[in-house]
Amino acid sequence: MAERNFDLIVVGGGPGGYVAAIRAAQLGFKTALVEREHLGGICLNWGCIPTKALLRSSEIYRLLHRLDDFGFSAKDISFDAGKLVSRSRAVAKQLSNGVAYLLRKNKVTVFDGHGRLAGKGRLAVEKNGDPIADLVAEHIVLATGARARALPGLEPDGERIWTYKEAMVPPAIPKSLLVVGSGAIGIEFASFYHDMGAAVTVVEVLDRVLPVEDEEISAFAHKSFEKQGIQIHTGATVSALDRSGDNVTARIEVGGKALDAAVERVILAVGIVGNIEDIGLDNTAVVVEKTHIVVDEWLRTGEPGVYAIGDVVGPPWLAHKASHEGVICVERIAGVNDVHPLDTRNIPACTYCRPQVASVGLTEKAAREAGYEVKIGHFPFIGNGKAIALGEPEGMIKTVFDSKTGELLGAHMVGAEVTELIQGYTIAKTLETTEADLISTIFPHPTLSETMHEAVLDAYGRAIHF
Amino acid sequence: MPIEILMPALSPTMTEGNLTKWLKKEGDEVRSGDVLAEIETDKATMEFEAVDDGRLGKILVPEGAEGIKVNQPIAVLLGEDEDASALERLSKPAPQSAPAPPRPTQSIAPAQAEISPTSHAHVERDRGANGRIFASPLARRMAQQSGLDLAAITGSGPQGRIVKADVEAALSTMRGRPVTAPAKPAAPPEGPPPAAPTPPSVLSKERVLALAGNPPYTERPLTAMRRVIARRLTESKQTIPHFYLTVDCEIDELLRFRAELNAKSEAYRISVNDFVIRAAALALRQVPAANASWSDEAILLWDSIDIAVAVALEDGLITPIVKSADRKGLATIASETKDLAERARAGKLKLEEFQGGTFSISNLGMFGVRDFAAVINPPHGGILAVGAGEQRPVVKNGALAIATVMSCTLACDHRVVDGAVGARFLAAFKKFVEDPLTMLL
Repeated sequence: MAERNFDLIVVGGGPGGYVAAIRAAQLGFKTALVEREHLGGICLNWGCIPTKALLRSSEIYRLLHRLDDFGFSAKDISFDAGKLVSRSRAVAKQLSNGVAYLLRKNKVTVFDGHGRLAGKGRLAVEKNGDPIADLVAEHIVLATGARARALPGLEPDGERIWTYKEAMVPPAIPKSLLVVGSGAIGIEFASFYHDMGAAVTVVEVLDRVLPVEDEEISAFAHKSFEKQGIQIHTGATVSALDRSGDNVTARIEVGGKALDAAVERVILAVGIVGNIEDIGLDNTAVVVEKTHIVVDEWLRTGEPGVYAIGDVVGPPWLAHKASHEGVICVERIAGVNDVHPLDTRNIPACTYCRPQVASVGLTEKAAREAGYEVKIGHFPFIGNGKAIALGEPEGMIKTVFDSKTGELLGAHMVGAEVTELIQGYTIAKTLETTEADLISTIFPHPTLSETMHEAVLDAYGRAIHF
Repeated sequence: MPIEILMPALSPTMTEGNLTKWLKKEGDEVRSGDVLAEIETDKATMEFEAVDDGRLGKILVPEGAEGIKVNQPIAVLLGEDEDASALERLSKPAPQSAPAPPRPTQSIAPAQAEISPTSHAHVERDRGANGRIFASPLARRMAQQSGLDLAAITGSGPQGRIVKADVEAALSTMRGRPVTAPAKPAAPPEGPPPAAPTPPSVLSKERVLALAGNPPYTERPLTAMRRVIARRLTESKQTIPHFYLTVDCEIDELLRFRAELNAKSEAYRISVNDFVIRAAALALRQVPAANASWSDEAILLWDSIDIAVAVALEDGLITPIVKSADRKGLATIASETKDLAERARAGKLKLEEFQGGTFSISNLGMFGVRDFAAVINPPHGGILAVGAGEQRPVVKNGALAIATVMSCTLACDHRVVDGAVGARFLAAFKKFVEDPLTMLL
């Protein structure tokens, strides 16, 4: 088979890989991208995007049940799960085609197959076990992503015990559902299925839901979920799943006691493992730790000429982090001026449960543990005119400042549309603004963003509307 | 339990190093004392010895890796009865400690020719007529709080903007020196800046270019050694109150004596500098107060007399040490200095051969320099700068005569060595040099 020469090859077409490939092409590299399944990766096909389509449906469904609040009435509200799912798939398909177009437009050569390192600067591509191409390039960027972790004894069966993948294409909405894991993925599905009418139970091994978020935000969200009727067990584990008849009986261990819950379906969302298998790492100096590839701040692996970005290099497992790493990696290779390593404190994170959760930077606890003396600000949505007008008065903003320098160390939000608001704090943080700049910034009225201003004012004892 | 082998700190100033060569392979048996690898520091290439017995299980940092931080794991050693499966246990994470633990191999930097070290070229900053400096609000406040002059800081942010990390870097280079910054800002944050206290010695390339009027230039990257020289000597000149004493020594007798000694055997070749080392060592023995170092708690009078001798290298200098020089004969000193200088130039000195010393000598006589004043090499209390031996008119018994004269200038740390002490040392030194037979006593 003839060799094909490139300057740079990206393995994996997710938000890390395709962005890296496009940026590389923009910088003048002859670029190839190898993708074994579908362009856009998990994010676009089985993650961020299709779940947002589903959550939009559940949001509308919930509003339909509140029509009276807004002065409407309607009868016989019902839904068709098949249509919900096909809308979600159509959205994913549209965007995946969009990625194909963007790669074409940027003259990135796409190989539909499985890529495997095959010696220095070489990548073998095969499809269904048959070799289809031998690629050669000085730089190879691994962007192979990650997948759901399976716990021993709690293996998904794809039928009644689901991972995110099955949960995204349900044939029908189950009457009852157990969600194992309350990170972003688990809690989004819990919210979706609860709003679509399922009786949902969430089991979290740590002492609180959304355990990476600020403690107050976790507590606020927990309360809100319980008020809605989601049953939550924290500090709890699922020790066994028995499939019997049409149901699954889950044994939940909590506080030294065991209780059995019969549910129609189970979703496992207990973490992520990196896709490091069968990509030719064996005879390289690439170092793998805890299923993730170890890289330096420029995304270089231990093997010269081999780089890794995105989920396969470790948390936070976020699409925007992967994309950003892809850009840093190829710009560094190209010798672009003023490239900086990723600052993890400036990566925002969004969870699209109801109420939504969004954050950037250090939690209050992490800031204190890092030795900062902090000033903390809070502001509730109930003090915001737009939130009340929208009928969404449930929410809170929290800010964490370094009391010595006024540096914004972190911002934490829970409430309607906070996922759209967080970028305001992210820009502020990335530009290293202090409380003084935020205080003197004019926030438009009436918007939810005014809560962000007030939460800054509150940290300095100057909140106006609360 | 497998043992992680960490990047060693081979000198007190070492913060990172390069792994030039692995001398053991994965799977090799290792005994305590075996040389595992060659490690290049800012000063020299050194051999890194194993402390424990075992088998080299895994090499974590490849040969040729640069900029490896001290204490970063570079390999894993397996015990006698452990197999490779133990490595996996080791790679299991420690219980998560908040906040995010640093990625352990963050600074692996495989030597990769294809990556041209991006020179973080800072975009020309527009400091036009209004002298505007681009800095983040946080950087501005931090600089103000610590009394830093932003104009003296190089920005690494977009378009050369000064960001928090740049202020922190400037502050860390200041650390260790007395800082006159006010403990608290004298004015509220929005008020006028307080009177600028001493700015740190931060010289950005942009600033130097601007001061020089932007002439064309070639850029030579800073080597680790160059940075150390810059840092240590700047620190020396800024913190040590230097004063200087000069004597002229007639060395006709010494030259004659040297020729005689060298004619006696092929086994050694004694240089003028070897005489200078011995004379200085003997003079220090006579005046122990000059063989001393300053510390904040006490003056430390050194028991041994270890003389550091400056050796010029292609891209810097290093000061190998003749230990207990007062107890060594001329032939021994001659062979030691020759060996040290050769190995210094090859980058093969061991740590203990150039770290420490109690007094230094710098000789520029071979370049024809008549006399000069040297910068003290901390923590030494003095350094003797030796000029060329040259024929000069001298007055002897009221008549003009010709003598070979060598001017020597002693730089003293006034905190340790007062003028009279320095003068006594120089007088003793001159006596040995001018009457070289007494050096044999």
